[in-house]
Amino acid sequence: MQNAANPITAKMPAEWRDFLTLTKPRVMTLVIFTAICGLLAAPGTIHPVLGFTAILAISMGAGGSAALNHWWEADLDRGMKRTAKRPLPSGRMRREDARDFGVFLSAISVVLMGVAIGWLAAATLAIAIVYYAVVYTMWLKPRTPQNIVIGGGAGAFPPLIGWVAVTGEITAMPVLLFAIIFFWTPPHFWALALFVKSDYAKVGIPMLPVVAGEKTTRQHVLVYTLVLAPIAIAPWVIGGTSWVYGSVAVVLSALFTRLAVPVGLRERRGEDPMREEKVLFKFSIYYLFALFAALVADRVLFANGLIGPGMLA
Amino acid sequence: MTPEEEKEFKRRRKSRNLVVGGTLLFFAVLFYAITVVRMGD
Repeated sequence: MQNAANPITAKMPAEWRDFLTLTKPRVMTLVIFTAICGLLAAPGTIHPVLGFTAILAISMGAGGSAALNHWWEADLDRGMKRTAKRPLPSGRMRREDARDFGVFLSAISVVLMGVAIGWLAAATLAIAIVYYAVVYTMWLKPRTPQNIVIGGGAGAFPPLIGWVAVTGEITAMPVLLFAIIFFWTPPHFWALALFVKSDYAKVGIPMLPVVAGEKTTRQHVLVYTLVLAPIAIAPWVIGGTSWVYGSVAVVLSALFTRLAVPVGLRERRGEDPMREEKVLFKFSIYYLFALFAALVADRVLFANGLIGPGMLA
Repeated sequence: MTPEEEKEFKRRRKSRNLVVGGTLLFFAVLFYAITVVRMGD
Protein backbone atom coordinates (compact mmCIF):
# COMPACT_ATOMS: atom_id res chain seq x y z
CA MET A 1 0.00 0.00 0.00
CA GLN A 2 2.65 2.48 1.09
CA ASN A 3 4.87 1.24 -1.75
CA ALA A 4 2.52 2.73 -4.31
CA ALA A 5 4.25 6.04 -3.62
CA ASN A 6 7.63 4.47 -4.19
CA PRO A 7 7.47 1.83 -6.97
CA ILE A 8 11.24 1.35 -7.14
CA THR A 9 11.43 0.44 -3.46
CA ALA A 10 8.53 -1.97 -3.92
CA LYS A 11 10.69 -4.06 -6.26
CA MET A 12 13.62 -4.10 -3.85
CA PRO A 13 14.09 -6.46 -0.94
CA ALA A 14 14.21 -4.42 2.27
CA GLU A 15 17.61 -3.79 3.85
CA TRP A 16 18.42 -5.97 6.88
CA ARG A 17 18.92 -2.73 8.83
CA ASP A 18 15.25 -1.93 8.29
CA PHE A 19 14.30 -5.23 9.91
CA LEU A 20 16.55 -4.27 12.81
CA THR A 21 14.79 -0.88 13.03
CA LEU A 22 11.44 -2.70 13.32
CA THR A 23 12.62 -4.25 16.60
CA LYS A 24 13.03 -0.76 18.20
CA PRO A 25 16.64 -1.30 19.38
CA ARG A 26 16.61 1.75 21.69
CA VAL A 27 13.57 0.53 23.60
CA MET A 28 15.18 -2.89 23.69
CA THR A 29 18.18 -1.62 25.67
CA LEU A 30 15.88 -0.85 28.62
CA VAL A 31 14.14 -4.21 28.16
CA ILE A 32 17.51 -6.00 28.24
CA PHE A 33 18.72 -4.02 31.25
CA THR A 34 15.61 -4.69 33.37
CA ALA A 35 15.47 -8.34 32.27
CA ILE A 36 19.13 -8.84 33.30
CA CYS A 37 18.37 -7.18 36.64
CA GLY A 38 15.40 -9.51 37.21
CA LEU A 39 17.59 -12.47 36.31
CA LEU A 40 20.46 -11.42 38.59
CA ALA A 41 18.27 -10.34 41.50
CA ALA A 42 16.35 -13.63 41.64
CA PRO A 43 17.26 -16.08 44.37
CA GLY A 44 19.07 -19.02 42.83
CA THR A 45 21.52 -19.50 40.02
CA ILE A 46 21.26 -20.04 36.30
CA HIS A 47 23.97 -21.32 33.97
CA PRO A 48 25.45 -18.38 31.98
CA VAL A 49 24.48 -20.00 28.67
CA LEU A 50 20.87 -20.39 29.83
CA GLY A 51 20.88 -16.89 31.34
CA PHE A 52 22.07 -15.49 28.00
CA THR A 53 19.40 -17.53 26.18
CA ALA A 54 16.67 -16.21 28.48
CA ILE A 55 17.73 -12.60 27.85
CA LEU A 56 17.95 -13.32 24.12
CA ALA A 57 14.44 -14.79 24.09
CA ILE A 58 13.04 -11.78 26.00
CA SER A 59 14.81 -9.41 23.55
CA MET A 60 13.47 -11.34 20.56
CA GLY A 61 9.96 -11.25 22.03
CA ALA A 62 10.28 -7.49 22.56
CA GLY A 63 11.61 -7.10 19.01
CA GLY A 64 8.82 -9.23 17.54
CA SER A 65 6.07 -7.33 19.29
CA ALA A 66 7.73 -4.02 18.30
CA ALA A 67 7.67 -5.17 14.65
CA LEU A 68 3.96 -5.95 15.00
CA ASN A 69 3.50 -2.47 16.47
CA HIS A 70 5.23 -0.99 13.36
CA TRP A 71 2.99 -3.09 11.12
CA TRP A 72 -0.25 -2.08 12.85
CA GLU A 73 0.60 1.61 13.19
CA ALA A 74 2.14 2.17 9.75
CA ASP A 75 -0.66 4.54 8.71
CA LEU A 76 -0.46 6.51 11.96
CA ASP A 77 3.35 6.68 11.71
CA ARG A 78 3.08 8.23 8.25
CA GLY A 79 1.15 11.15 9.77
CA MET A 80 3.70 11.99 12.46
CA LYS A 81 7.03 13.77 11.93
CA ARG A 82 8.87 11.63 14.52
CA THR A 83 7.87 8.33 12.91
CA ALA A 84 7.41 9.20 9.21
CA LYS A 85 10.90 7.95 8.34
CA ARG A 86 10.34 4.46 9.75
CA PRO A 87 10.72 1.59 7.25
CA LEU A 88 6.98 1.12 6.59
CA PRO A 89 5.69 4.72 6.31
CA SER A 90 8.70 5.68 4.17
CA GLY A 91 7.96 2.78 1.81
CA ARG A 92 11.29 0.98 2.27
CA MET A 93 9.54 -2.24 3.25
CA ARG A 94 6.34 -4.08 2.42
CA ARG A 95 3.81 -4.01 5.24
CA GLU A 96 3.21 -7.78 5.16
CA ASP A 97 6.95 -8.38 5.56
CA ALA A 98 6.92 -6.48 8.86
CA ARG A 99 3.90 -8.49 10.05
CA ASP A 100 5.48 -11.83 9.10
CA PHE A 101 8.80 -10.83 10.68
CA GLY A 102 7.02 -9.84 13.91
CA VAL A 103 4.98 -13.05 14.12
CA PHE A 104 8.04 -15.19 13.29
CA LEU A 105 10.32 -13.47 15.81
CA SER A 106 7.63 -13.61 18.54
CA ALA A 107 6.91 -17.31 17.94
CA ILE A 108 10.60 -18.26 17.88
CA SER A 109 11.24 -16.31 21.10
CA VAL A 110 8.51 -18.21 22.99
CA VAL A 111 9.65 -21.61 21.68
CA LEU A 112 13.29 -20.80 22.51
CA MET A 113 12.32 -19.77 26.05
CA GLY A 114 10.18 -22.88 26.52
CA VAL A 115 12.72 -25.36 25.21
CA ALA A 116 15.82 -23.86 26.84
CA ILE A 117 14.48 -22.39 30.09
CA GLY A 118 10.96 -23.49 31.00
CA TRP A 119 7.36 -23.19 29.93
CA LEU A 120 6.25 -20.84 32.74
CA ALA A 121 8.79 -18.25 31.57
CA ALA A 122 7.71 -18.96 27.96
CA ALA A 123 4.03 -18.50 28.85
CA THR A 124 4.81 -15.20 30.62
CA LEU A 125 6.76 -14.06 27.57
CA ALA A 126 3.84 -15.01 25.29
CA ILE A 127 1.45 -13.03 27.51
CA ALA A 128 3.82 -10.02 27.38
CA ILE A 129 3.95 -10.15 23.57
CA VAL A 130 0.17 -10.43 23.19
CA TYR A 131 -0.29 -7.70 25.82
CA TYR A 132 1.92 -5.23 23.91
CA ALA A 133 0.96 -6.12 20.35
CA VAL A 134 -2.76 -6.76 20.79
CA VAL A 135 -4.08 -5.37 24.11
CA TYR A 136 -2.00 -2.17 23.99
CA THR A 137 -1.22 -1.44 20.32
CA MET A 138 -4.39 -2.66 18.62
CA TRP A 139 -7.01 -2.29 21.31
CA LEU A 140 -6.44 0.30 24.05
CA LYS A 141 -3.82 2.77 22.75
CA PRO A 142 -6.22 4.37 20.25
CA ARG A 143 -9.15 4.22 22.68
CA THR A 144 -8.12 5.59 26.08
CA PRO A 145 -6.03 8.50 27.37
CA GLN A 146 -4.76 6.05 30.00
CA ASN A 147 -2.83 4.35 27.16
CA ILE A 148 0.51 5.22 28.77
CA VAL A 149 -0.47 3.34 31.93
CA ILE A 150 -1.44 0.29 29.89
CA GLY A 151 1.71 0.55 27.75
CA GLY A 152 3.74 0.66 30.96
CA GLY A 153 2.48 -2.84 31.68
CA ALA A 154 4.23 -4.11 28.54
CA GLY A 155 7.53 -2.57 29.65
CA ALA A 156 7.06 -4.08 33.12
CA PHE A 157 7.22 -7.70 31.99
CA PRO A 158 10.99 -8.17 31.29
CA PRO A 159 12.26 -8.21 34.93
CA LEU A 160 9.39 -10.53 35.88
CA ILE A 161 10.27 -12.94 33.05
CA GLY A 162 13.98 -12.73 33.94
CA TRP A 163 13.15 -13.62 37.54
CA VAL A 164 10.83 -16.50 36.53
CA ALA A 165 13.55 -17.85 34.21
CA VAL A 166 15.74 -18.41 37.29
CA THR A 167 13.22 -19.50 39.92
CA GLY A 168 10.55 -21.19 37.78
CA GLU A 169 7.77 -19.61 39.87
CA ILE A 170 5.89 -16.33 40.21
CA THR A 171 6.12 -14.94 43.75
CA ALA A 172 5.54 -11.52 45.36
CA MET A 173 9.00 -10.19 44.45
CA PRO A 174 8.78 -10.47 40.62
CA VAL A 175 5.24 -9.08 40.80
CA LEU A 176 6.62 -6.08 42.72
CA LEU A 177 9.31 -5.57 40.06
CA PHE A 178 6.50 -5.57 37.51
CA ALA A 179 4.54 -3.06 39.61
CA ILE A 180 7.55 -0.75 39.99
CA ILE A 181 7.92 -0.27 36.21
CA PHE A 182 4.15 -0.20 35.77
CA PHE A 183 3.73 2.76 38.13
CA TRP A 184 7.02 4.41 37.10
CA THR A 185 6.03 4.71 33.42
CA PRO A 186 3.18 7.28 33.75
CA PRO A 187 5.13 9.98 35.66
CA HIS A 188 8.17 9.31 33.45
CA PHE A 189 6.29 9.66 30.19
CA TRP A 190 3.82 12.37 31.16
CA ALA A 191 6.66 14.54 32.54
CA LEU A 192 8.13 14.34 29.03
CA ALA A 193 4.73 14.95 27.41
CA LEU A 194 4.39 18.19 29.39
CA PHE A 195 7.39 19.81 27.69
CA VAL A 196 7.57 18.02 24.33
CA LYS A 197 4.77 18.61 21.86
CA SER A 198 3.93 15.38 20.04
CA ASP A 199 1.67 15.09 17.03
CA TYR A 200 -0.31 12.13 18.39
CA ALA A 201 -3.43 14.30 18.41
CA LYS A 202 -3.08 14.77 14.64
CA VAL A 203 -3.44 11.03 14.05
CA GLY A 204 -6.23 10.53 16.60
CA ILE A 205 -4.35 8.90 19.48
CA PRO A 206 -5.95 10.23 22.70
CA MET A 207 -2.92 11.29 24.77
CA LEU A 208 -3.78 12.56 28.24
CA PRO A 209 -2.36 16.13 27.92
CA VAL A 210 -4.43 16.65 24.76
CA VAL A 211 -7.64 14.97 25.91
CA ALA A 212 -7.76 15.96 29.59
CA GLY A 213 -5.49 19.01 29.63
CA GLU A 214 -2.24 19.94 31.30
CA LYS A 215 -3.64 20.31 34.83
CA THR A 216 -5.04 16.76 34.89
CA THR A 217 -1.78 15.41 33.46
CA ARG A 218 0.17 17.12 36.24
CA GLN A 219 -2.17 15.62 38.85
CA HIS A 220 -1.68 12.17 37.29
CA VAL A 221 2.13 12.58 37.44
CA LEU A 222 1.92 13.33 41.16
CA VAL A 223 -0.61 10.60 42.02
CA TYR A 224 1.33 7.87 40.20
CA THR A 225 4.56 9.01 41.88
CA LEU A 226 2.88 8.79 45.29
CA VAL A 227 1.69 5.26 44.47
CA LEU A 228 5.12 4.30 43.10
CA ALA A 229 7.06 5.25 46.26
CA PRO A 230 5.62 2.60 48.63
CA ILE A 231 5.73 -0.04 45.89
CA ALA A 232 9.43 0.69 45.28
CA ILE A 233 10.12 0.28 49.01
CA ALA A 234 7.89 -2.83 49.35
CA PRO A 235 10.58 -5.41 48.33
CA TRP A 236 12.49 -4.40 51.47
CA VAL A 237 9.36 -4.21 53.67
CA ILE A 238 8.27 -7.77 52.79
CA GLY A 239 11.80 -9.01 53.50
CA GLY A 240 12.69 -9.74 49.89
CA THR A 241 15.80 -7.55 50.08
CA SER A 242 18.09 -6.19 52.77
CA TRP A 243 18.50 -2.65 54.05
CA VAL A 244 20.93 -1.94 51.17
CA TYR A 245 18.13 -1.91 48.60
CA GLY A 246 15.71 -0.54 51.20
CA SER A 247 17.77 2.56 51.95
CA VAL A 248 18.41 3.26 48.24
CA ALA A 249 14.68 2.86 47.51
CA VAL A 250 13.68 5.19 50.37
CA VAL A 251 16.15 7.94 49.36
CA LEU A 252 15.39 7.70 45.62
CA SER A 253 11.62 7.62 46.15
CA ALA A 254 11.78 10.60 48.51
CA LEU A 255 13.73 12.53 45.85
CA PHE A 256 11.32 11.44 43.10
CA THR A 257 8.36 12.61 45.20
CA ARG A 258 10.17 15.87 46.06
CA LEU A 259 10.59 16.57 42.32
CA ALA A 260 7.07 15.43 41.37
CA VAL A 261 5.27 17.67 43.89
CA PRO A 262 6.06 21.02 42.15
CA VAL A 263 5.35 19.44 38.74
CA GLY A 264 2.00 18.19 40.03
CA LEU A 265 0.92 21.41 41.70
CA ARG A 266 2.26 24.25 39.56
CA GLU A 267 0.83 25.89 36.46
CA ARG A 268 2.56 26.89 33.24
CA ARG A 269 3.23 30.63 33.01
CA GLY A 270 3.94 32.46 29.74
CA GLU A 271 7.25 31.45 28.15
CA ASP A 272 7.81 28.75 30.76
CA PRO A 273 11.19 26.98 30.51
CA MET A 274 9.53 23.91 32.13
CA ARG A 275 12.64 23.33 34.21
CA GLU A 276 10.87 21.24 36.89
CA GLU A 277 9.36 18.89 34.31
CA LYS A 278 12.70 18.40 32.53
CA VAL A 279 14.47 17.66 35.82
CA LEU A 280 11.77 15.17 36.83
CA PHE A 281 11.95 13.38 33.46
CA LYS A 282 15.73 13.11 33.62
CA PHE A 283 15.66 11.98 37.23
CA SER A 284 13.03 9.31 36.47
CA ILE A 285 15.53 7.58 34.16
CA TYR A 286 18.29 7.61 36.80
CA TYR A 287 15.70 6.49 39.37
CA LEU A 288 14.78 3.28 37.57
CA PHE A 289 18.38 2.52 36.65
CA ALA A 290 19.62 3.04 40.23
CA LEU A 291 16.72 1.16 41.80
CA PHE A 292 17.32 -1.97 39.72
CA ALA A 293 21.09 -1.68 40.11
CA ALA A 294 20.55 -1.56 43.91
CA LEU A 295 18.38 -4.67 43.68
CA VAL A 296 21.18 -6.56 41.93
CA ALA A 297 23.83 -5.19 44.30
CA ASP A 298 21.69 -6.33 47.22
CA ARG A 299 21.50 -9.87 45.84
CA VAL A 300 25.24 -9.99 45.06
CA LEU A 301 26.13 -8.82 48.59
CA PHE A 302 23.71 -11.35 50.08
CA ALA A 303 25.01 -14.21 47.91
CA ASN A 304 28.54 -13.45 49.09
CA GLY A 305 27.50 -13.45 52.72
CA LEU A 306 28.20 -9.75 53.23
CA ILE A 307 24.63 -8.97 54.37
CA GLY A 308 21.76 -10.97 55.82
CA PRO A 309 18.26 -11.21 54.34
CA GLY A 310 15.24 -9.19 55.33
CA MET A 311 14.47 -5.79 56.81
CA LEU A 312 16.18 -6.44 60.13
CA ALA A 313 19.54 -7.30 58.59
CA MET B 1 14.77 -2.98 -13.88
CA THR B 2 17.66 -0.72 -14.88
CA PRO B 3 21.26 -1.95 -14.45
CA GLU B 4 21.63 0.35 -11.41
CA GLU B 5 18.49 -1.07 -9.82
CA GLU B 6 19.64 -4.60 -10.52
CA LYS B 7 22.99 -3.86 -8.89
CA GLU B 8 21.23 -2.44 -5.85
CA PHE B 9 18.87 -5.42 -5.78
CA LYS B 10 21.78 -7.85 -5.72
CA ARG B 11 23.61 -5.87 -3.05
CA ARG B 12 20.59 -5.89 -0.76
CA ARG B 13 19.89 -9.55 -1.36
CA LYS B 14 23.51 -10.46 -0.64
CA SER B 15 23.65 -8.48 2.61
CA ARG B 16 20.35 -10.00 3.77
CA ASN B 17 21.54 -13.50 2.94
CA LEU B 18 24.74 -12.91 4.90
CA VAL B 19 22.76 -11.73 7.95
CA VAL B 20 20.35 -14.70 7.73
CA GLY B 21 23.30 -17.11 7.35
CA GLY B 22 25.11 -15.58 10.30
CA THR B 23 21.95 -15.76 12.43
CA LEU B 24 21.40 -19.43 11.56
CA LEU B 25 25.02 -20.23 12.41
CA PHE B 26 24.66 -18.39 15.71
CA PHE B 27 21.54 -20.38 16.61
CA ALA B 28 23.20 -23.67 15.66
CA VAL B 29 26.04 -22.89 18.08
CA LEU B 30 23.58 -21.66 20.74
CA PHE B 31 21.44 -24.81 20.57
CA TYR B 32 24.57 -26.95 20.76
CA ALA B 33 25.62 -25.05 23.92
CA ILE B 34 22.11 -25.27 25.42
CA THR B 35 22.04 -29.03 24.78
CA VAL B 36 25.43 -29.52 26.46
CA VAL B 37 24.33 -27.47 29.49
CA ARG B 38 20.93 -29.17 29.82
CA MET B 39 22.48 -32.64 29.50
CA GLY B 40 24.81 -31.72 32.36
CA ASP B 41 21.85 -30.88 34.67
